[in-house]
Amino acid sequence: MKITRGAVVEEAGNSIENKTGTWRTFKPIIDYTKCIRCMICWEFCPEPSIYKEDGSEKPAPKEALKKLPVPIIDYDYCKGCGICVNECPVKAIDFVKEVK
Amino acid sequence: MKNDWLFAPGHGMCAGCAAPIIVKHILAISGENTIVVNATGCLEVATTEYPRTAWRIPWVHVAFENAAAVASGIEAAMKKQGEKANIICFGGDGGTADIGMQALSGMVERGHNVLYVMYDNEAYMNTGIQRSGATPYGAWTTTSEVGMVNPIGNIRPKKPVAEIMVAHRAAYVATVNIAFLRDFKRKVEKAFSIDGPRFLHAISTCPTGWRSDPSKGIEIIKLATETGLFPLWESEHGEDIKITYKPKFLPIEEYLKTQGRFRHLLKQPEYIERIKEDLKAWWRRHGVEI
Ligand SMILES: Cc1ncc(C[n+]2csc(CCOP(=O)(O)OP(=O)(O)O)c2C)c(N)n1
Ligand code: SF4
Ligand code: SF4
Ligand code: SF4
Ligand SMILES: [Mg+2]
Repeated sequence: MKITRGAVVEEAGNSIENKTGTWRTFKPIIDYTKCIRCMICWEFCPEPSIYKEDGSEKPAPKEALKKLPVPIIDYDYCKGCGICVNECPVKAIDFVKEVK
Repeated sequence: MKNDWLFAPGHGMCAGCAAPIIVKHILAISGENTIVVNATGCLEVATTEYPRTAWRIPWVHVAFENAAAVASGIEAAMKKQGEKANIICFGGDGGTADIGMQALSGMVERGHNVLYVMYDNEAYMNTGIQRSGATPYGAWTTTSEVGMVNPIGNIRPKKPVAEIMVAHRAAYVATVNIAFLRDFKRKVEKAFSIDGPRFLHAISTCPTGWRSDPSKGIEIIKLATETGLFPLWESEHGEDIKITYKPKFLPIEEYLKTQGRFRHLLKQPEYIERIKEDLKAWWRRHGVEI
């Protein structure tokens, strides 16, 4: 490993090389047939490991909702804290034991 | 990039820690033209495990004692060079209420154009949950152990750091809670619209030190405000504080019972009464009878 002068990290945001998803013991799974696209889970994910996807083909509880961006959980980084599960207003996120 | 927050995943903060939620929202409002000065503490240690960093903007780690002094220096140097950026200082409660207080006081008194954010998890968490000046009355920590000799836990009241900043006549001071996102975002936006020293006090769930369920992090701090224990207010230029959210004043037990650090209090109502008395007195001073 190259030790930089002053311990400077030259590449901003390179923590993405750490796949913290391995920490997970419980896994959140979004049921898109219930998801109302409110993005509350995206607002509160501490990693952040939920991103927004436009033009998604995911199912939705109502046709009109299909036009909105959907939340996608990035399991490379999700630590399984369960905040999204707890905060989802329509209980669209299941929380299941992780199998590795 | 799938993930366009200015704060990247892959950091080492505990699952369910609220500090990164506070940071990602503040950076989203501040934007790319931001320099962050970070005092020692969980946020600094766990987001910058060399040779990696979660920060997508310029960031510097400095000691507890001089975070606000370094932020002051950056601001002064940029002013001299005719450059402008949002300078944000992040410090924990230990780093702010105790160890960095002198530098912070100087920064505000000299009028530097810096936003200081105290993320308050109410103890020195990174070194193993030692009490700080911001630990509330009745909380267990590893240096306010609960037992036969001391059934209470922390016996001193919480230091009112944000009110101390109001007494300094800081340009803007506010308490913020990410569980009240609209109020949170409005205050952060307001903080960036004002010149001069600004201070935000953000309550920050620490599931590890609070002995709480990681999934309940937002719910718990919502209760902190809804019970009246973490009031949301703001003040400009030393003016009297303005309450920005009227709590439901739920019984404080609703909040205390969510965390292992208060478990011993639930069996000792006399100490809960004492917290209630203090709470009533605070709200009475601000014109609200509860
Ligand atoms: C002067 C000094 N004393 C002690 C330490 C050890 N230390 C590192 S992190 C930490 C805890 C910081 O507490 P706080 O500011 O509340 O941040 P938290 O870790 O709780 O987020 C301590 C005591 C240090 N780095 N420097
Ligand atoms: S479980 Fe936690 S880390 Fe995983 S997606 Fe939900 S909020 Fe994010
Ligand atoms: S919080 Fe629930 S309903 Fe809202 S976007 Fe996330 S999964 Fe969908
Ligand atoms: S110990 Fe507490 S403050 Fe530190 S990273 Fe863990 S949850 Fe966050
Ligand atoms: Mg702390």
